[in-house]
Amino acid sequence: MAIISRGFRGKRDVDPRIPPGQYLERGFPVLSAGPTPRADLSTWTFSITAGGAPRASWTWSELTHLPHDDIVKDIHCVTKWSKLDSAWRGISLDTLLDGVEVAPEEQYAMAHCDGGYTTNVPLADLRGGKAWIAYQYDGAPLPPEHGGPARLLIPHLYFWKSAKWVRSLDLMTEDTWGFWERLGYHAYGDPWKEQRYWGD
Amino acid sequence: MDTLDTPSDNQLYALPWMVGTLVARTAETPTAMTLEIDVPGWRGALAGQHVDVRLTAEDGYSTQRSYSLASAGTMGLPGVPPDPAAHGSRIALTVQVVDGGEVSPYLTEDLQVGDQIELRGPVGHWFVWQPADPHPVQLIGGGSGLVPLMSMLRTRRLAGSRAPFRLVVSVRTPADAIYADELEALGGDVEITRVWTRRAPESWTGPVGRIDAALLEAACFPPDERAHVFVCGPTPFVEAVADTLVDLGHDPERIRTERFGPTGP
Ligand SMILES: Cc1cc2nc3c(=O)[nH]c(=O)nc-3n(C[C@H](O)[C@H](O)[C@H](O)COP(=O)(O)OP(=O)(O)OC[C@H]3O[C@@H](n4cnc5c(N)ncnc54)[C@H](O)[C@@H]3O)c2cc1C
Repeated sequence: MAIISRGFRGKRDVDPRIPPGQYLERGFPVLSAGPTPRADLSTWTFSITAGGAPRASWTWSELTHLPHDDIVKDIHCVTKWSKLDSAWRGISLDTLLDGVEVAPEEQYAMAHCDGGYTTNVPLADLRGGKAWIAYQYDGAPLPPEHGGPARLLIPHLYFWKSAKWVRSLDLMTEDTWGFWERLGYHAYGDPWKEQRYWGD
Repeated sequence: MDTLDTPSDNQLYALPWMVGTLVARTAETPTAMTLEIDVPGWRGALAGQHVDVRLTAEDGYSTQRSYSLASAGTMGLPGVPPDPAAHGSRIALTVQVVDGGEVSPYLTEDLQVGDQIELRGPVGHWFVWQPADPHPVQLIGGGSGLVPLMSMLRTRRLAGSRAPFRLVVSVRTPADAIYADELEALGGDVEITRVWTRRAPESWTGPVGRIDAALLEAACFPPDERAHVFVCGPTPFVEAVADTLVDLGHDPERIRTERFGPTGP
């Protein structure tokens, strides 16, 4: 039974699209663990690997010439803000994974990013039109502090899973934890189940 | 990396909601309030961690926000006497009012001594300082971003650590300076650089304005000392400071950041 906060009414920006414990934010706050890395697009690549061994790789030009999606999704950050109808352009991971051989036991993936950040996601959550490599936000190149040149976009999970500055996805046969997951955050991160921290 | 990466209490644990009772309110400035809260069953914390606070209205509507612990982190501190009044189940938060905000005005104005409040934590194992770590530590805080850095300073004192610490603290005006007396008292031991972004005290002879590269270069441990750097405050402040530090040659791997909100001083 929750403790009632005497006299508290709240702002009640309630919207059925906002998960429990979240509030509506109209700005776009930034969450990252360290400084914003700088990327050089002339040498930038995005790769899919398995156990570290290369399976496929795209240069910036190759990636951004693939058929793209324009995506409008709600996003939910574990620090409590949610943002509705955020607009992105990106390449569906279905498009990227379709050309890659994936063994049946490779059920998990680890995103690796500039700056050393990692995050783990089940492969099923990357397929079926649920995840993208996003490189535009609101009609403009994705700003570095928001993960540019490119970030993962997995809007149905807490936003730390949408790893900024992503450079590769490593397919794994077992679920291993990434950066925030080892530091107390939930391994899966479903905002509708409030899976914020270990044990939630 | 070194000891900073191996928190002494990094076991997997769940964070159930706990009920705390407000035992003291202290105005730090006209717009910032320190709340001391007794939390039976509190497990201690590492310096730099935060709690999630949940407010619930009579009809069940509820909302949550994060607040850094201002009090010293006692987790993993050997030899801290079991003195519950000083550092057992009592925590302190310092909340800066955000005008028109949903939670911060309630916490600073409406919550009274004796009132109960729900919270859970400690949260976050990244923006933390380990008291056993002897490396130099550079703290850089903007506005209420000073709060978790104050916890590190208090933890350092409690632990009797000799690790060299320097602090750069940026606020708008003298009326916005939290913990002013306590920082003053630390002056001999911790090198403190003040930055006033809008207005300085009468006696001030230095510049008034935002932190820039020249100031950071003069105030901070040089990059070759490989200090741990903790930067906390509003997002634009953290972005600007962290970028400038990288430009000045600091190793990005040694810079840890915590961003509180969208705008700032
Ligand atoms: C890890 C972490 C630790 C934090 N620690 C502290 C702390 O120790 N002390 C503290 O006072 N706050 C801290 N914060 C910020 C705190 O969680 C709230 O965001 C803040 O109190 C505002 O909440 P609110 O409900 O009053 O305002 P809201 O109703 O959430 O916001 C009202 C409006 O103000 C804007 N806004 C939100 N935050 C800020 C801000 N910081 N400055 C200016 N405008 C803002 C919003 O965009 C919105 O438009 C921390 C945040 C995080 C993520």
